[in-house]
Amino acid sequence: MRHEDKLPVLLQTVQSAPHRNAAQPVAPAWRAGTGVEATRQQGRGQACVAAGAVAPPAEETPRDPLARRIAALHLPTLAMDRYLRHCDRTGAPVPQDLPLALAVDGPHGPVLHATNRAARLAGMRLGERVVDMRALCPELQVEFADTAGDRAMLARLMLWCRRWCPWTALDGDTGLVMDTTGSDHLWGGEAAMLRDIEEKFSLMGLSCDLAIAPTHGAAWALSRHGGLRETCQGPELAQRMAPLPVAALRLTPDTVLLLQRLGLKTVGDLAAVPRRALARRFARAALPQNPLMRLDQMMGRLAEPVQSPDDPPRFAVQSRLPEPVVDPEPLLPELARELCAGLAAEGMGARRVTLTLYRTDGEVAALSVTTARASRAADHLLRLFEGRLERLDPGFGFDLVTLEASVVEQLDMVQTRIDGHVDQDTELARLIDRLSARFGAERITRPAPKDSLIPERRERWQSAMVPAAEALAPPRSPRPLRLLDPPEEIRVLYAVPDGPPVQFVWRRLTHKITRFAGPERIAPEWWADRPTARLRDYYRIETQHGRRYWLFREGLADDGRGGAPRWFLHGVFA
Amino acid sequence: MRCAPPPARTAAELLSDRTRGTGESPDSPTLTEIFADTASDGGPLGFMLTQIAPEDGPVLWISDRLSRHEAGRLCIAGLPRPLEVIAVDVNRPIDVLWAMEQGLGCGVLGAVVGEVWGDPPQLDFTATKRLALRAEAHGVAAWLIRRAAHPNLSAARKRWRLASLAALPDPDDHRAPGAPLWRAELFRSRWGRPGDWVARATAQGGLHLDHRVEADAAPSRAAEH
Repeated sequence: MRHEDKLPVLLQTVQSAPHRNAAQPVAPAWRAGTGVEATRQQGRGQACVAAGAVAPPAEETPRDPLARRIAALHLPTLAMDRYLRHCDRTGAPVPQDLPLALAVDGPHGPVLHATNRAARLAGMRLGERVVDMRALCPELQVEFADTAGDRAMLARLMLWCRRWCPWTALDGDTGLVMDTTGSDHLWGGEAAMLRDIEEKFSLMGLSCDLAIAPTHGAAWALSRHGGLRETCQGPELAQRMAPLPVAALRLTPDTVLLLQRLGLKTVGDLAAVPRRALARRFARAALPQNPLMRLDQMMGRLAEPVQSPDDPPRFAVQSRLPEPVVDPEPLLPELARELCAGLAAEGMGARRVTLTLYRTDGEVAALSVTTARASRAADHLLRLFEGRLERLDPGFGFDLVTLEASVVEQLDMVQTRIDGHVDQDTELARLIDRLSARFGAERITRPAPKDSLIPERRERWQSAMVPAAEALAPPRSPRPLRLLDPPEEIRVLYAVPDGPPVQFVWRRLTHKITRFAGPERIAPEWWADRPTARLRDYYRIETQHGRRYWLFREGLADDGRGGAPRWFLHGVFA
Repeated sequence: MRCAPPPARTAAELLSDRTRGTGESPDSPTLTEIFADTASDGGPLGFMLTQIAPEDGPVLWISDRLSRHEAGRLCIAGLPRPLEVIAVDVNRPIDVLWAMEQGLGCGVLGAVVGEVWGDPPQLDFTATKRLALRAEAHGVAAWLIRRAAHPNLSAARKRWRLASLAALPDPDDHRAPGAPLWRAELFRSRWGRPGDWVARATAQGGLHLDHRVEADAAPSRAAEH
């Protein structure tokens, strides 16, 4: 790679400043356009890392520990905001006056995880048990929270926040932290930037608290316990922090409780205590339980740089055409080969590939295919587009094509077989890909049985794109080979109301029952069914023509759950 | 992980095998058609499942919309032997044929089952010939379940007509049906003579052709073919 070749040259020139004239002729390739750009970027990255983490050289002036500007974002109602947004999008908005809460599993039953405004006004408190809160507010509606989805959304927001500054990181489950040093002037100052951030978030339906301070700890404290969009400069840091409660120090709740019992209610109280006394008390405590270290981090005496993860790699190739073209097919093999080479270099495989055509009239047409397993085989990906390109409307032609691996996964190198074949799983996954590309992924299914006694509930199918589910032990009594969905109602003759059937009419044909086995009683699942659900008595029967069916009677004659019991044909035996 | 399947055989190899009379046997995987006497009968499926061994690999099960609607969906809990099934739900019969061809090209499958309702015009001699050649080239058994259909021209190597018979008595309960019996009529076969059998599943799940039905028992069908 050319970029890496040039990097040492740059470092050499920086380090040996007196010999700069001697070093310059060594790097004639600097004149090349892209190379210079890349080298500069590399150099800038190095400089930033050095300023954040590594101590500066001794001959320079000592770095001001409060020179950086850190912004903290707190999204206190992220889970509820996300749930309400989801409801709005699916067309079932939640009325604002309905008390609604999201719950997570606690040690003694579900506990409240998030509440909406109506529930907060009704006195619902987070962390309390759902049953207790229901007793206070019977009309409380409770849904289960999707904490994994919330975390994933926060991670996406973290990357999205790089529109304001290049270094952002996650900060707990409901927070983000950004190092905005030197970026605020691009947005018209810190106050304007904070307003912009808040506006962009509220446009997405998310409410957030913001603050900027010289250290991460101080910004965290101000965003949670300070005023509205507060900014704090270095000189006034100690004075601004003093009135905040000790909970603003990012300590665990039991440590906060301990400090309060010691009479240390605010950060100022804590700072006034002699350092040696605190050090004796908390010398061996870990960071989240150590008020002294947290105080040092807040005041900038202990470095805490923002550890910003790298951008996820983006795999896209494009082809610019000098003239508009109507058929994208001849371009695809080259693009796919290039894309797969890029994926192979990073050890990734594509789960979804999107082809985008930019038409000359400004329209954009896109087409994407998905794969059951991560793949970087160009010919396989190309086959998935077969027969689907006709559906793209090229208009008057397009002059730019991009092929992007929009969803990627880690895919390790595998040993090819000596006979040149791929292994069984890969070949099966490719077949599933081809079928899914033609019929849609929801049409290709694998059984995913659910542990239930109700036959149609047990038979569940899920997309073959996800890994196969565990097989269940077969039921003890025989089950039919085919299930009718839904069961078809039949007219039955019987000798006694709760006894076996004698004859039935199904699809306008009369069947006489010669032999039967049963009944097998399947009771409704009270934890899943409505209270009016009736039990089923299943009979395995044989007709006079030798065909075997599975019938059931829904309910009993006088079970008080409806009228006379109805009969259904549910399955066919071999 | 199973071994990779043998490489697909070319048409020339198949042809030379055929002229020499080697390579093909009644047990080698090929295209088989099963006609259900009655559309809602489960006998054809039971008969077919006795001949699909679970250790051969997963089964691709393709059905068109009418078959699913009229004859119900496959019930995994009712399979006589545990099979790994990949179901493909398509709308039209022609999609069944396309998906079957794709599946037959994948040598790791144990079998490819297609359920077609009625007599679609696309399911003609050429289509069945394609399926049969592909099945033999890749060594994957192909099964066509035909319901409400007429046995028109077809290149299937074996064609069966299936009907359920009254089951054997249950040893524990004299009022209950026991192990199922089927009447299997092989009315076209490349190997061996056509015939009419009473068939049942063995204890291990395989197929057992019990005894021939006397020719005079079914004079009308014998006269048709």
